[in-house]
Amino acid sequence: MRRWLSQHRAAFRLALRRLVATPLNTLLSLLVIGIALTLPAFGYVALDNLRELGQSASGVQQISLFMDTAATKKDVAEIENRLRAVSTAKFTFVPRDEALKRLQKSDEMAEIVASLPRNPLPDAFIVEPVNTGPEALEVLRQELAGWPKVAHVQLDSAWVKRFDAFLRLGKLAVLLLAGLFGAGLVAVTFNTIRLQVMAQAAEIEVARMIGATDAFIRRPFYYFGALQGALGGLLAAALVLGALHLLSGPVGELAALYGGSFVLHAPDAIDVALLTGLGALLGWIGGQLSVSLSLRQFD
Amino acid sequence: MIVANNLTKRYPGGFDAVRDVSFQIGAGHMVLITGHSGAGKTTLVKLIASIERPTSGSLVVNGQNLSALRRSAIPYVRRHFGMIFQDQKLLFDRSALDNVMLPLQIAGLSHRETVRRAQAALDKVGLLAREKANPIALSGGEQQRLAIARAVVNRPTVLLADEPTANLDNDSAHDILELFADFNQVGVTVVVATHDQSWVEHCRGNVLRLDHGRIV
Repeated sequence: MRRWLSQHRAAFRLALRRLVATPLNTLLSLLVIGIALTLPAFGYVALDNLRELGQSASGVQQISLFMDTAATKKDVAEIENRLRAVSTAKFTFVPRDEALKRLQKSDEMAEIVASLPRNPLPDAFIVEPVNTGPEALEVLRQELAGWPKVAHVQLDSAWVKRFDAFLRLGKLAVLLLAGLFGAGLVAVTFNTIRLQVMAQAAEIEVARMIGATDAFIRRPFYYFGALQGALGGLLAAALVLGALHLLSGPVGELAALYGGSFVLHAPDAIDVALLTGLGALLGWIGGQLSVSLSLRQFD
Repeated sequence: MIVANNLTKRYPGGFDAVRDVSFQIGAGHMVLITGHSGAGKTTLVKLIASIERPTSGSLVVNGQNLSALRRSAIPYVRRHFGMIFQDQKLLFDRSALDNVMLPLQIAGLSHRETVRRAQAALDKVGLLAREKANPIALSGGEQQRLAIARAVVNRPTVLLADEPTANLDNDSAHDILELFADFNQVGVTVVVATHDQSWVEHCRGNVLRLDHGRIV
């Protein structure tokens, strides 16, 4: 076991030395890998922010439940109890007097409200479901509409469906990009390692003659691919963080112009670790493919 | 102990480099394989080192039948041999010490032990003072001694050499011969393929003479 570990340590050190030995080649390869990973990573982060924006935008993915104007306090309490029993949604009660006061505060509506002989508004509940998928929202809307003394249940289902379809399209595009650029990363690693195998041909030949196993010869190349991929992943994370930092100011100003506030969410440590791990995995795969093909010339 | 029975190596195209060869080399013996260029000396050394596989016949080294060896077992068998090649096969992208460390790294020894044993081997061949030198900066004789240090560092039971004194002057060749005799005296089996008659004159070992792949 100690020998096995010692050989892995030696292979890792050798891979590191090979990375450092050709700084310009390494830098160029890292740039290619970093940019290849940045595009899908940035797409993923952008979609995540868009979903967040959609959820936080006023009225979006909320259901408004209006009580019958003839509903008593007992009826309202019954609905409140039923909503509390629905664990998949949060809700806020808006009493009819409160709703009228809000209308009175509005410049355009104040005059009209003042001319009304009595409060025409019903008691209402604003329901915020946890599951914001269009199908789940529609099911909940239908359930709420069937409750007693509920006059109307409003859900902008068309907007929700459009938004959901847009997010699904975005996700698919990001997945396609990730697949495409992931294959690119494998190809870059494949070629880098193929050149390395050619450059190390003398060492490989001698090592084989004096008793090196295939695993011993392959190991440094695998580590090289994984290291290169991992560093490319880290570079991609840094590029995404940099881009988000640059965009955060203008996005905040834009949100303020619409009377709201929005902060771009940057990838967290787990996202960065995943991106690095993904880069390492793809690099390892590229290394494995390349070494398997390149070493055939020595058989 | 090396025992060959009706050993034949046929290359693609039908050329028999070694034909129906049988011999026995006792443990701790020194044997010279001689013959003209193309007689099959190098092929026979490669067969013993399991660098080549025999086409037919059997070859048993230290009780292990190399002819029936699985491919995955070959690297472990090769570690029992110290190989010295005609062109030395030194690595010019690293120091003399790093060259000698390679077989120990392959065997999976710790870094400290690898350095210690590699330095001891360099000391044995008189190159410790040049441990940091790149092999390209060494003379032909020094390069051959470096190749010997790499061959013996893993304490092999059999030392195999293919034309170890080709392209060396007489003094350097004599030094190499002395080194082989030293290793043989401590119990290492030494097999040397050479067309250099001075080996036959100065060496007290047995001689296997090959001609067109056959022992004559």
